[in-house]
Amino acid sequence: MSDLLHVASSPHVRGKDDTSRIMLYVIIGLLPTTIFGIFNFGFRALLLVLVCIASCVASEYIFEKIVHKKSTISDLSAVVTGLLLALNLPHTLPVWQAVIGSVFAIVIVKMLFGGLGQNFMNPALGGRVFLLVSFAGTMTNFEFDGVSQATPLAVLKGGEAVDAMSMLIGRCGGTIGETSALCILLGAIILILLGVIDLVIPGTYILSFVIFIILFSGHGFDTGYLVAQLCGGGLMLGAFFMATDYVTSPITPMGKVLFGICLGVLTGIFRIFGNSAEGVSYAIIFSNLLVPLIEKVTVPRAFGIKRVKKAKGGDN
Amino acid sequence: MNKNIERIVNGVWKENPTFVLMLGMCPTLAVTTSAINGVGMGLSTTVVLILSNMMISALRNFIPDRVRMPAFIVVVASFVTIVQFLMQGFLPSLYDSLGIYIPLIVVNCIILGRAESYASKNPVIPSMFDGIGMGLGFTIGLTCIGIVREILGNGSVFDVNIPFLDNYHITLFGLAPGAFFVLAFLVAIMNVIRKNMEKKGKPLPKAVGCTTGNCDGCPSATECTGKEAK
Repeated sequence: MSDLLHVASSPHVRGKDDTSRIMLYVIIGLLPTTIFGIFNFGFRALLLVLVCIASCVASEYIFEKIVHKKSTISDLSAVVTGLLLALNLPHTLPVWQAVIGSVFAIVIVKMLFGGLGQNFMNPALGGRVFLLVSFAGTMTNFEFDGVSQATPLAVLKGGEAVDAMSMLIGRCGGTIGETSALCILLGAIILILLGVIDLVIPGTYILSFVIFIILFSGHGFDTGYLVAQLCGGGLMLGAFFMATDYVTSPITPMGKVLFGICLGVLTGIFRIFGNSAEGVSYAIIFSNLLVPLIEKVTVPRAFGIKRVKKAKGGDN
Repeated sequence: MNKNIERIVNGVWKENPTFVLMLGMCPTLAVTTSAINGVGMGLSTTVVLILSNMMISALRNFIPDRVRMPAFIVVVASFVTIVQFLMQGFLPSLYDSLGIYIPLIVVNCIILGRAESYASKNPVIPSMFDGIGMGLGFTIGLTCIGIVREILGNGSVFDVNIPFLDNYHITLFGLAPGAFFVLAFLVAIMNVIRKNMEKKGKPLPKAVGCTTGNCDGCPSATECTGKEAK
């Protein structure tokens, strides 16, 4: 039937955006980071990216075959999950571990809870944390230019100075996709211009994180330290590409702000007071779990409806 | 079917405490890091369960209804203490790895559940077999979880290394989240098997409730009006 003769209840005017198109935009947004990661870490990075994407798509397809569900791999969400997971892995990770992480991310974190739209936690980050707990050794083995070395964040945590400029460009050790703040920002600008994400969550995240660092890190307002903290680790990647995941972030306007503040404060706590130098993944999945609660308390008041006084009892 | 054998089948399959009734989750999740721990925990619970079922069943006409819970606890705690001392004396390594979970058998809800719903209403011999069945079901459940977790988390079964898996350990399965994952998957597999059996025309009595099936395991069997003919 032609679009002009579409007989259905409203809405009749439809946008062209659908899941696969948005996912495609996200992939485009991630391309600069991916390409830089492959340029930075070489062939192994490319291999891991391809393996993660392939095993994510394959496990989604096989799972849906087994449970007799309609295949949803064409919506590209599994590709995004695989790409994001790969960007969160060090390029030295053994391939079989990357495969296990991908299967865990898709089957357990996403499909068992009902597939795309139902998962309570970002699948890629769920997979990353699973790998981090399971294979602590290989997941924190960061090499750069063939030499094992601490990430800039770990150096920073040790109290030494780092070169903020190289962190901004990304010529330093870390996971495949987290090193270059510039490439991530470029991708984020593409996504913002395409209207896929807005700045509320990343903005409040980064702002509250900066305030937390100024207050509690003991360095005060030290620009070099601040830039290093912002560009180091997965903060940029997490803020723009994972905290903004539609499924696992709040939909209410106030909720988004609250969510961002939660993320910033938790990341600050994990980084400054925690044992590990990095805390973005834990902060994001932890805040993902708070989303239902955040949405419940931030439901906007409908126009013309008076606020129900608490004295009258009931929460409706 | 002989009633005693029926009790054992009931405990192992129809009302498996781990996979169907979901009782005793605390030791199930906590101690099953290895197969040997699962067997040890399961068997020590079985011993306590059999003895306490027999004792409570024998005393069922002497225990006043209003103080039955404290009375049950005293009986169970005595047996647990005996098992604990025996294990400390003869199996010190198992005693060390099970740790706090041995004294916690006292409050294991399988034991109190069977005392309350079966042993306190039935004669000694069926109660004993009920204890054997439930205990075996619990042991099998814990052993299955333990085997899976040990293979995935440590690359071994009953402390025997699997050569192929030497470099493929997934630490998470040795930790608490792994217990939840493995338990959930085993319950799902069990449910699939049960569903398939029902489809093939072997309907199993419902595990809980008493509109169908037998009244033996049902807590409200004494008041129930729709009792099966005996």
